[in-house]
Amino acid sequence: MTMTSISRSQIYVLDQDEALDFYVGKLGMEVNTDQDLGFMRWLTVNVPGDAGREILLERPGPPALDPKTAEQVRDLLTKGAAGGFLFLTTDDAHQTYADLVAKGVEVTDEPTDRPYGIDFGIRDPFGNRIRIGQMHPREQWAQG
Amino acid sequence: MLTGAPSYAECVNKVPLLMSNRAMLRARDAMDRAYAQPLDIAALARLAHVSEAHFIRTFRATFGETPHRYLQRRRIERAMWMLLETDRDVTEICLAVGFASLGTFSRTFRQIVGESPSGFRRHRSALTNVPSCFTKSWSRPSSFG
Repeated sequence: MTMTSISRSQIYVLDQDEALDFYVGKLGMEVNTDQDLGFMRWLTVNVPGDAGREILLERPGPPALDPKTAEQVRDLLTKGAAGGFLFLTTDDAHQTYADLVAKGVEVTDEPTDRPYGIDFGIRDPFGNRIRIGQMHPREQWAQG
Repeated sequence: MLTGAPSYAECVNKVPLLMSNRAMLRARDAMDRAYAQPLDIAALARLAHVSEAHFIRTFRATFGETPHRYLQRRRIERAMWMLLETDRDVTEICLAVGFASLGTFSRTFRQIVGESPSGFRRHRSALTNVPSCFTKSWSRPSSFG
């Protein structure tokens, strides 16, 4: 058995239109697929030029989750504890940071030099964490 | 909508808990970001759109500890990191993480970590290289036993 890549990952969002405003409108991602399957709206986005790696923006709710469980997911999501976490890369962390601040994105951590590169943290409107880094090549990461 | 899940607007309007959670998270993020500044409950309450008394109560209900205690653990976590990763002396680190007096810093550090700042520095080795956000979350000393 040989696996070759991560093709799709999932995060929970409270509202898919709001998620589009954020992930496409502010972060500059592309809509990969936006399809009403009847039982759910299948909504994925990707970083421009990287259509092979999709992020599924899923709304917690019935029938996939019972109402009580869905409520627990929403509770954890808005506390920042639902586990959704995206790590993105950029060519220019400071420029990307300035662009996102100008768009009113919530910053959790300002750009800082680390052994692995320059990175900063933001939060999506629902509570998911996103980290954006201008990374050094891995072989240059200082060993702790 | 074809699914039975409530819309975002419904969530926000009908389930004030979610709006409250998100506002408390925003305030906690602000504390994480500006941990070295004095605790400004009035400003945090404004950020969360609630009164000061309501803010402290709601924060505690949401995250299991008061804003003051959360900020203390945040500062001590940063101090632990600086003790391990830098050569700065204890007084300098005390001021850098937002304590005004070395006495309060040392007492708080000992109470939370179980040993003095200099003892901690002697007994622990440097942290391994993982994204700093994980270090910050996972090396923050627990309030919860």
